[in-house]
Amino acid sequence: MIKKLAISTAAMAAVIGAPALADITVKLGVLNDRSGVYADLSGEGSVVAARMAVEDFKAKDKGITVDIISADHQNKPDIGSNIARQWYDVDGVNAILDVPTSSVALAVADITAEKNGVLIDSGAGSTALTREQCRPTTIHWTYDTAALANGTGAAMTKAGGKKWFFLTADYAFGHSLEENTATVVKANGGEVVGTVNVPFPATDFSSFLLQAQGSGANVIGLANAGGDTVNAIKQAAEFGITQAGQKLAALLFFVTDVHALGPQTAQGLSLTEAFYWDQNDATRAWSKRFMDTHGAQPTMVQAGVYSGTMAYLAAVEAVGSAADGKAVAAKMKEMDFDDPLFGKVKVRGDGRAIHDMYLFEVKTPDQSKGEWDLYNQISSISGEDAFLPMLDECDFTKK
Amino acid sequence: MFELLGIPPQVLLGQLLLGLINGSFYAVLSLGLAVIFGLLNIINFAHGALYMAGAFVAWMLLNYLGIGYWPALILAPLIVGAFGIVLERTMLSRLYHLDHLYSLLLTFGLALIIQGLFRNYYGISGLPYQIPAALSGGQNLGFMFLPNYRAWVVVASVIVCFGTWFIIEKTRLGAYLRAATENPVLVGAFGVNVPLMIMLTYGFGVALAGFAGVLAAPIYSVNPNMGEQLIIVVFAVVVIGGMGSIMGAIVTGYMLGIIEGLTRVFYPEGSAVVIFIIMAIVLLIKPDGLFGRPA
Repeated sequence: MIKKLAISTAAMAAVIGAPALADITVKLGVLNDRSGVYADLSGEGSVVAARMAVEDFKAKDKGITVDIISADHQNKPDIGSNIARQWYDVDGVNAILDVPTSSVALAVADITAEKNGVLIDSGAGSTALTREQCRPTTIHWTYDTAALANGTGAAMTKAGGKKWFFLTADYAFGHSLEENTATVVKANGGEVVGTVNVPFPATDFSSFLLQAQGSGANVIGLANAGGDTVNAIKQAAEFGITQAGQKLAALLFFVTDVHALGPQTAQGLSLTEAFYWDQNDATRAWSKRFMDTHGAQPTMVQAGVYSGTMAYLAAVEAVGSAADGKAVAAKMKEMDFDDPLFGKVKVRGDGRAIHDMYLFEVKTPDQSKGEWDLYNQISSISGEDAFLPMLDECDFTKK
Repeated sequence: MFELLGIPPQVLLGQLLLGLINGSFYAVLSLGLAVIFGLLNIINFAHGALYMAGAFVAWMLLNYLGIGYWPALILAPLIVGAFGIVLERTMLSRLYHLDHLYSLLLTFGLALIIQGLFRNYYGISGLPYQIPAALSGGQNLGFMFLPNYRAWVVVASVIVCFGTWFIIEKTRLGAYLRAATENPVLVGAFGVNVPLMIMLTYGFGVALAGFAGVLAAPIYSVNPNMGEQLIIVVFAVVVIGGMGSIMGAIVTGYMLGIIEGLTRVFYPEGSAVVIFIIMAIVLLIKPDGLFGRPA
């Protein structure tokens, strides 16, 4: 009885209180790959994550009406740009989320700055988003190629992998990942003994792997992504390269890729991620809800969409409106976030979200107790060490 | 020891062998295309999707029914072949009296639908499929480590390719088939069931794609796009060999695998386009392909 009364009082209070609350409407657009190579690591899962964020933020109770739409950019900058323009001009979108594929993300970042929206990027890797092409309205949430290089590259060089041979996907992303990693390797006393540029996408890596084997390197750096990395690792195991003592460094690898390979083939592989579902009680609880809706465990990109959306909504609430993207982005840079998935997060003046990164090793089949039980955590890397220092000209809090 | 363009001979030998392995896949796939085109005059764009389906069927047999690699090597091509027969009976057979272009468009559309369905149910990342225990490990040949499974791929593809060539070119059944291509009405008048033969031929060509899919499953990523990436190259192989030429498809398949392998050593960036450059040159010099007869 008392409980019932309490509920109805609360409901009444809500009804009476509603007009007094800020009446804010927010429209979010999740723009990512829904059919191509990155569809599993971003795709519909990112939309699910954004919806969960709106739910967990209790936006409705705070007088914020949030509408989420989504589209497929097919990893093509022209298509992504068109959608972004239409969203800002016609559909009244306030912020664009996710945007994997660096070339698309960079195009959307420009349009976002022009239209005074906010881009909260989770899926793209290029450091240019917060450096060469930094914009006041860009927030880069989850990871970048420098953080991956500082994680996997530094850890493996320090562990004795001094001679590196790179298999590089022959396009902008692959070259940037190779360059970042090579810098870290050299800084830690290692050397690069060779590189082969592999046409993208490729199915057969055996020729390239044999060249790497003949080079006398002790680490083979895979500066590629998705199906290319899966094929390279599968074939390295087949040709006895890993058994012969050469180590593989998958420089960009997601939990969905490891799942595709299975622990039998992927065991012992080191990789860097910002999030893994089985890290603590909070990540497990959230991931279980995600799994129930989506049918797969979340990747760090999808978790980043959740966490970035939470942070964005908090800033919108603080500003009192989503209309001025620059103001919301500036507010995000003032706030401190303590997130169930990423822990403490601080957004820097250049839009780079600073949080811990983690070095994982793929479990052996004996250690793995389930389909998704795939990683052992080796170490954590503090955000300051993982990400590149801020460029002065990109510090938008000063201007 | 002598070196060729700065490449030690043992490395070269290794790359030749790897090229031969890749060529095995090209040969089996282009053979299926050549059989279908040569005998049915259908440009089967669904070939890549059916190759992918072969790999997925092997995965399904293992994960849903517990059926391992060796039975799958027989069962998956049969299942894919049966599916092909359904396609032929319900759709393709209606297009025989029309231009090639119609069957090309139909099979292209089918390929997109099949890929889309698999992508919808299984995602894009791919599924794990292990090398069968009997073929894991490998031999050290001195100049390279040859995985047993790759050796098996070469052996299996050579047997299948030359078996097919023998049936079509050297047996009575093959003679009927070739005759039916030349003049279906006359062959039918002799009491041969031509529609049945055409249906089974399409089923057989498609089953070859399924067979290549099972061969590929343990070494390549089993994902819905695996066929899409390969089919264009395989079409180039068929064009170079001469559309419809059985022997041409087989020999060109192995040959281009080797050329591509060598390009990967001398100029890796160009390895994705070398086959198309050769295709352009062949089309300029000998438009009917290396083994094709002038139309």
